[in-house]
Amino acid sequence: MSVVLSVRGLRKRFGGLVATDDVTLDVAAGEIHALIGPNGAGKSTLVNQLSGELVADAGTIHLMEEDITGLSVAERVARGLGRTFQITSLLDDMTVMQNVGMALQAHEGGNFRIWDAVQKRRSVWERAKAILRDSLLTGREAALVADLSHGEKKQLELLMAMAMAPRIMLLDEPMAGLGHLESQAMIGQLEKLKAQTAILLIEHDMEAVFALADRVSVLVYGRIIAQGSVDEIRSNPAVREAYLGAEDELC
Amino acid sequence: MILFVEQVLNGLQYGVMLFLLAAGLTLIFGIMGVINLAHGSLYMIGAYAGTYVAAQTGSFWLGVPAALAAAALTGFAIEALVVRRLYARDHLDQVLATFGLILTFNQSIILLFGRQPLFTQLPAGLDGSVMLLPGLPYPTYRLLMIAVGLLVAVGLYFLINRTRIGMLVRAGATNREMVRALGVDIRLLYTLVFGLGALLAGLAGFMAAPILAVQVGMGEQILLATFVVVVIGGVGSIRGAFVAGILLGLVDTLLRAFLPSLLRQVMPGSEADALGIGIASMGIYLLMAIVLLVRPKGLFGATA
Amino acid sequence: MTRHRILGLGLLLVLALMPVLTDLAGQPAFLSLMTRILIYGMAAASLNFVLGFGGMVSFGHAAFFGIGGYVVGFLFFHQTEGTLFLGLIPGTSQLLITLPAAVLVSGLVAALIGTLALRTGGVQFIMITLAFAQMIFFFFVSLKTYGGEDGIIIRRANELPFLNMRDKATFYWVVLAITTLFFLGLRRVVNSSFGAVLDGLRQNERRMAALGVPAFRYKLYAFVLSGMGTGLAGALMANFLRFASPDMLHWTKSGELMVMVILGGVGTLFGPFLGAGAFMVLESVLSSWSEHWPLALGLILLVVVLGTKGGLMALVSRLGGRK
Repeated sequence: MSVVLSVRGLRKRFGGLVATDDVTLDVAAGEIHALIGPNGAGKSTLVNQLSGELVADAGTIHLMEEDITGLSVAERVARGLGRTFQITSLLDDMTVMQNVGMALQAHEGGNFRIWDAVQKRRSVWERAKAILRDSLLTGREAALVADLSHGEKKQLELLMAMAMAPRIMLLDEPMAGLGHLESQAMIGQLEKLKAQTAILLIEHDMEAVFALADRVSVLVYGRIIAQGSVDEIRSNPAVREAYLGAEDELC
Repeated sequence: MILFVEQVLNGLQYGVMLFLLAAGLTLIFGIMGVINLAHGSLYMIGAYAGTYVAAQTGSFWLGVPAALAAAALTGFAIEALVVRRLYARDHLDQVLATFGLILTFNQSIILLFGRQPLFTQLPAGLDGSVMLLPGLPYPTYRLLMIAVGLLVAVGLYFLINRTRIGMLVRAGATNREMVRALGVDIRLLYTLVFGLGALLAGLAGFMAAPILAVQVGMGEQILLATFVVVVIGGVGSIRGAFVAGILLGLVDTLLRAFLPSLLRQVMPGSEADALGIGIASMGIYLLMAIVLLVRPKGLFGATA
Repeated sequence: MTRHRILGLGLLLVLALMPVLTDLAGQPAFLSLMTRILIYGMAAASLNFVLGFGGMVSFGHAAFFGIGGYVVGFLFFHQTEGTLFLGLIPGTSQLLITLPAAVLVSGLVAALIGTLALRTGGVQFIMITLAFAQMIFFFFVSLKTYGGEDGIIIRRANELPFLNMRDKATFYWVVLAITTLFFLGLRRVVNSSFGAVLDGLRQNERRMAALGVPAFRYKLYAFVLSGMGTGLAGALMANFLRFASPDMLHWTKSGELMVMVILGGVGTLFGPFLGAGAFMVLESVLSSWSEHWPLALGLILLVVVLGTKGGLMALVSRLGGRK
């Protein structure tokens, strides 16, 4: 399988604190690569380095064999890197439809035009309608984002990221704060997304990780201490000790 | 050379004045997140109240408590009535509400004292000069201003670094949420900080009164320079306010003193004077623009 | 939609008849007040484009207003003197040249200031825009050739072919025509693809970056457009006052423009015009009562900021929008 995202020796420190230490991992097309780790392991810092919000101190990031280490957030997005936010980050004053439309409009380009009418950009709105029609948010198109439930916002984040047709998606805790039924629905959706894009799944919910992941990396104190299939990780003694020992038994 | 030393001292004196104003303003910025354009009005109120009392009683020294009290009371009133409602608002609302305060205070002062500037008599013993070096006499009062400014700086340093209140202030300037999480009565802290800022502004106003004309608009003149100090020093940093205050005081004073004569060597006199003063006036803003371009959060600003 | 159109056309008709009405009512001063309202309305609407639609609190927009005015002043000065500006550019008093020149120069300066200022945000952005405006203020003050603190007197308003611009009514109509075109253009820009992106950036820059939209160049574009609009207003104001002086760039003028925006309603299309109207009427009414009118203005401003949300525009839609 071809590697979509390749991370080599990524490092970031804040003062004396090493947040990510020599992180190396690959995500291949058609797979879900899960990244797990206890709180404070440096997962968020890693996501922010991958997305470009933080500049890494050392190491490289390649997307489809292109070095994107020095690129800005927007430039990485333009090359096919999509993401969702752990704490949802949406355009709150706009409707669900307008949010999806903005994603499509941004992807399509032509946004320095000051003399057109955005409402008349057929291609944008027809595709937005189609995306929403097939989604769990159907019927909520005209709702303001500020009025959405937490689960609905998570859905919208996912729809917007997918509207950009990414090659790889960074999903930052998509299950966080979801009820059981909502989680089940999200798991089903991610299963289907696999065919469209490679996924790096940062997640706390072990049930979801073990149900979805093709490969798992375990991050502790900024270092990847183990990497392998779900079964290998489950039975890895170092993982049990460093990470799972402190928490509940594995499911 | 003598002239240069004298101008450096003048710059130092202007610098400590800027620091007195900027110290309060930077804390109000840093801790409460409020842009207070009316800070210059507190300076003006201190100057008017002190000068008025000094003139009525004939004692310069009675003007000091009057200036401090008037500025602090006005500060408390502003905080309770206006600024408290602005904490959660965006910068635009803060700018406009405190712009409204400036208009209100300026006109109130005109109603009370008229448009004529007031002047203060210096007390005996301070109206002379001290011979600093042979051939370099320097006004005693200006030396006193520098001393008071440095004293306040030292006092603030101890207050901020050695006391519990100072600890909370420092914590508040870097992380507001944390102070809230500590269960501190944040409202009281805000009121205290605002009152302290007002007090220092009032002190600066009264100290400046004898060497400037006390008039409406004096607050805005120094306010803009104070903002430049706060932004260059880094919002929330007392140390930044001190360093930037002195730096700006020196730059501004030296440019005004020497630039016109430097330009006169390459162009006709009247044009050189106009251009020199113009560039000197631009100097501090230019400095701010350069600093912000290199360090967008200021010299001592939190980098996060 | 159609109701808006009828209202708009009705308003335009009343405005167009204003010279006749003020003549009938024997209130010629009111016509010059209306002219000023239209001009300030354009300046405030331009500011509102960055402030309300783009979320950039610029405290230095008087700079563009003044630059627009000074371009007219410079060109007039060199025409009467028969000399060249900077030894290159001949003067002129043709409005069809001076207005585009003012817009162009304001846009260039806005591009320069914006490029530097937009590297910061928040408080620092407010202060750096103020700082640049102050620099330009002192720059003009130091230009002795062009009157220094006193500014340039423009003895005749700029000329337009076939029109007598010295006639107050004609001048008003010209300003009204320009304002109308300006308003329609602004509405178009706000509803364009670019307008949507700007709206998105105001709400959530991080989200827009995750959609592949780099904030800087879009915000800069908005800043330049806004500077051009403000410069246009400044050029017209210099023509109206027959005067271009550093007063036009004083920092309190930036404050006044902001006051107009918030009085009318931040982030609305028509609000800044209403706000400019309210401000100018308030100023002329209050100042006729008392020389201490800024006191009342200050208090009104406090009440508006602390007590209301959305300015006059919100009031209008609350009154008119109830079904």
